[in-house]
Amino acid sequence: MRTRTLIGLAVAASVAGFASAAFAATADDYKAAEAKADAAIKQAHALKNEWTTTADAMKQAKAAASAGKFDEAVKHAQEAETLANASIAQSREQEKLWPDAVVR
Amino acid sequence: MASTIRVRAIASGDATQVQALISHPMDSGFVKDSKGQLIPAHHIDVVEFEHNGKVVFTCLWGPAVSKDPYVKFSFKGAKKGDDLKVSWVDNKGQSDSSVAKIG
Amino acid sequence: MLRKLLIAVAMVAGAAQPLFAADAASDPKGEFKAFRDYFTNRFPKVALDDFVNGPYSMDEGLRKQWKAIDEFPPYDFAIDKGKEMFATPFKNGKSYGDCFPNKGIGVRQDYPQFDAKSGQVITLDMALNNCREANGEKPFDYTKDDMAALTAYMAFTSRGKPMNIKIPDDPRALAAYTNGKRYFYTRRGQLNFSCASCHVQNPGNHIRTEVLAPALGIMNAMPIYRSAWGGMGTTSRRLRTCNSQVRGVPLPGESEEYRDVEYYLSYMANGLPISGPGTRP
Repeated sequence: MRTRTLIGLAVAASVAGFASAAFAATADDYKAAEAKADAAIKQAHALKNEWTTTADAMKQAKAAASAGKFDEAVKHAQEAETLANASIAQSREQEKLWPDAVVR
Repeated sequence: MASTIRVRAIASGDATQVQALISHPMDSGFVKDSKGQLIPAHHIDVVEFEHNGKVVFTCLWGPAVSKDPYVKFSFKGAKKGDDLKVSWVDNKGQSDSSVAKIG
Repeated sequence: MLRKLLIAVAMVAGAAQPLFAADAASDPKGEFKAFRDYFTNRFPKVALDDFVNGPYSMDEGLRKQWKAIDEFPPYDFAIDKGKEMFATPFKNGKSYGDCFPNKGIGVRQDYPQFDAKSGQVITLDMALNNCREANGEKPFDYTKDDMAALTAYMAFTSRGKPMNIKIPDDPRALAAYTNGKRYFYTRRGQLNFSCASCHVQNPGNHIRTEVLAPALGIMNAMPIYRSAWGGMGTTSRRLRTCNSQVRGVPLPGESEEYRDVEYYLSYMANGLPISGPGTRP
């Protein structure tokens, strides 16, 4: 279940990226993408498992947005959202898996 | 204020082995701080070790030597109980010196 | 970008599939023995007390370099600074010694300890800041030089003493131990490593140019003078760096997780000598 959901996430993200290339993204598109990414990041933060690369992607998104490059900004924001979701999935999986790693 | 120089000199037969550890930031002048500003160069340029008024070892340091430098060397002609003077000067004109007894 | 995403996804999906569900309930005494046996069986030629020397117990070439450095240790300045700080009274006339048994000399091996009153694990670093605040002084940053110098001096006064961590008969103490154990074995960061990935699965092996230390006794050398830092650094500083090295955002110094993992690891090292302050590459 996990594997399929995560691969599905990655595929969906890449498809979304491809689709948006056909139509130029607007500032509103970016705001929507940013909001989704921020929501995921907030969840990752609550689980105390944020990845440094998530923050890097958001930084790139914000920089592109301020430069008016909304296609690029949306792409980076979606990347940040995917990374944040992956870190959340990692936390959830590890909650069940860590006892198996204990030396015994 | 505590000395910046820590020195240990042991005479063994003909030779005296000297170890010295010096407290100094040794900023090369090429490194930036967290705000992106260059940290100004502040490094020891010359260190001299003197025995009986004669300089037995000279170090010509500079920006390439790291923080809190350590040096170890041997020289002949000294005996236990003699004085060994260590002194340094940095690029800002600051200096320090210390005298240790050879053990 | 797609490649990066797929790598991120594969990393998480590729986590180990459990063969059987293990019980997460804690048995410190049993786990202590299992942990110790794991390392002594894996490294039969390493003397038990030597594990506290981290990578030097694993690599002969590194050990030679360490012995040469130890003739005139670079951390001497930090110990002197710590000694001076420790002896300097607070503005109200009291001093650090008043907050600890035996005036704070030779007590490092008793930390971390579980504090029943606050219901949490107190590390030495936290005890020092509690002492400062109780006497009207501002606390030190857990990751900076002042705390590093102070703990270096206190560790120095305990050199050779056996680690002495207690888990009192209090469910909260056991919970803290379990939380520390959980933190240690949980994978994190985009690189998907747990502390155990390096320090249980790969001690003695290289990660880039560094030789990995065994988890057994890994806290005994704290705080450490790292050549990479050019100075003395606290336990918090090291744990934060470990987090960011696996691309995980670090927690604030002396967070509950950090204190609990120090509690767990220190308990696992009970009986092994304090070797701090340590020197590391």
